[in-house]
Amino acid sequence: MSAPAYNFAYLDEQTKRMIRRAILKAIAIPGYQVPFASREMPMPYGWGTGGVQVTAAILGPQDVLKVIDQGSDDTTNAISIRKFFGKTAGVATTTATADATVIQTRHRIPEAPLHAGQVLVYQVPIPEPLRFLEPRETETRRMHALGEYGLMHVKLYEDIARFGHIATSYAYPVKVNARYVMDPSPTPKFDNPKMDNCPALQLFGAGREKRIYAIPPHTNVVSLDFEDHPFTRYRFDAPCALCGAGDSYLDEIVTDDKGGRMFVCSDTDYCESRQLAGHRGSESAAPHKERAHG
Amino acid sequence: MYVAVKGGERAIENAHRLLAHERRGDRDVPELSLAQISEQLSLGVDRVMTEGSLYDRELAALAIKQARGDLIEAIFLVRAFRATLPRFGATEPVDTGAMQVRRRISSTFKDIPGGQILGPTFDYTHRLLDPQLAEGFTPEAPVTGDASAAATPRVTDILGRDGLIEPSPVADADAPVGDLTREPLGFPADRDLRLQNLARADEGFLLALGYSSQRGYGRNHPFAGEIRLGEVEVEFMAEDAGFAVPLGSIALTECQMVNQFKGSATEAPCFTRGYGLAFGQSERKTMSMALVDRSLRARELGEEVIAPGQDEEFVMSHSDNVQATGFVEHLKLPHYVDFQSELGLLRKLRKEFAEANETTPMREAAE
Repeated sequence: MSAPAYNFAYLDEQTKRMIRRAILKAIAIPGYQVPFASREMPMPYGWGTGGVQVTAAILGPQDVLKVIDQGSDDTTNAISIRKFFGKTAGVATTTATADATVIQTRHRIPEAPLHAGQVLVYQVPIPEPLRFLEPRETETRRMHALGEYGLMHVKLYEDIARFGHIATSYAYPVKVNARYVMDPSPTPKFDNPKMDNCPALQLFGAGREKRIYAIPPHTNVVSLDFEDHPFTRYRFDAPCALCGAGDSYLDEIVTDDKGGRMFVCSDTDYCESRQLAGHRGSESAAPHKERAHG
Repeated sequence: MYVAVKGGERAIENAHRLLAHERRGDRDVPELSLAQISEQLSLGVDRVMTEGSLYDRELAALAIKQARGDLIEAIFLVRAFRATLPRFGATEPVDTGAMQVRRRISSTFKDIPGGQILGPTFDYTHRLLDPQLAEGFTPEAPVTGDASAAATPRVTDILGRDGLIEPSPVADADAPVGDLTREPLGFPADRDLRLQNLARADEGFLLALGYSSQRGYGRNHPFAGEIRLGEVEVEFMAEDAGFAVPLGSIALTECQMVNQFKGSATEAPCFTRGYGLAFGQSERKTMSMALVDRSLRARELGEEVIAPGQDEEFVMSHSDNVQATGFVEHLKLPHYVDFQSELGLLRKLRKEFAEANETTPMREAAE
């Protein structure tokens, strides 16, 4: 039995070319889901195989890679994917948003603004924004082709009729370049405005569902809403307990079984950078306290 | 205090080390060899080769060992390896009519040219646990006879001579063969892609769908026309040499179901076909596959599509156990960002609900 040898960034060049063609088409038609011949990757479907394939196809030896899951560089799956590329591509990795050329993400967009030349690669579980309204692919493709999005507006309207506001808190649908309704992946709707007119290229990969889509830099991205019920972001109304940030998306940490909890930045790089710069929250960890006195 | 998301890297490494330890089990018990798995757990190996889409007993045995006997995990390992292999081309179609038959039965005719051959089967064994097998049992050598020179034509070919069964579609030798591992699947899908999907599909999923069709969800009146198991030659057309080069032989199970068809305005009533094919000895899989293949032909045969087993988008989108297990098990990954936003929404909705209920009863009481 001979040990298999793998190509740079795991995928063979033929496969990368196929994926790059799909990416180019996706960039040419913003928000349109391009079918691609997704490969079986050595990690499970649903664990980022789409994002991994997109990253593998665009990664060059000079790139600096950052991988986050839930906004954090230290979650197990982010570590696993970062190690995969460290091993198969030998590229430099970083946790600093500003230093990365390619950022693969699951469920968050970094808090620090992205800049031109960066690529944000999203892992997408269900790329079809209409899927939970219409389970059939044959139907939803037809609806996109005709720009027939009435069903989605009815859904949002029914939310308002029932709850008084739109009851979608993540994977909140957007319209890209005034044409395609697109699923932003299960990011909280707090992140939606960051997609609009973003200087970085945004690529979305869904491995199991075999779809790639894209938002080119400086593209108009609008969260669906109504004139009398405009889109609003949601954020728990508290500063981060570690860095005091009032503008970041927060995770709720349960601290005991008596209702104790604290709220901290989900973007760990953002939080740590702020702490290094001297910002403090109510529960700042001890090592930083010394620095605060100094 | 905020340690939950730190230390992931060391945790992963330690978990993998513990996994390797657990995989080995009690070190006083001798380690399993790949040959033992391949020889003595051969039906598991056959299943991994079939659903892994790779005919290699040794790699399948390795995958089963690595997966600690979890066959879906083993199939996944084989698939991930297969995805990296270069494609040289497609073989010539294999001729199952020329199969070196080890087992061959028909439930539609009492006797058939070439005879019924029971072969190695669990059928008609009494399912009583056999304490002899617990250790050191040497079975008797099998009974042998003279090899028959008689041909074993396929039962469906015999029916086909009288036109009682629809002809098998003749494939255009120059037309490329569909491959859903190289091209994204679209709907409606042709039968070549449907059969490829079913051949890779989870045995349990097909079993349940085939069973549901027997119980009336899209019934299609099946008979097991023939099930055969044996070795077939695989040939590859070498363009340079100008002729087909034999690559070796593989073990296959083939099932041809014979199903009713009422006929239509343009077609006389005749039997129709459902087809199943798998590597090795995989009878449950091929029979289920044949039932579902026939069910999925509803559209083509002008039958009403009313049951899940007849719905190609439903069947083909959910049949792959590597895809299914990945997505089901991804729920283990952290979801606390989207959970947090749902939590926020739920708190808001509950607050609004409480406020509305606080005011409403008061008004009612006042009226």
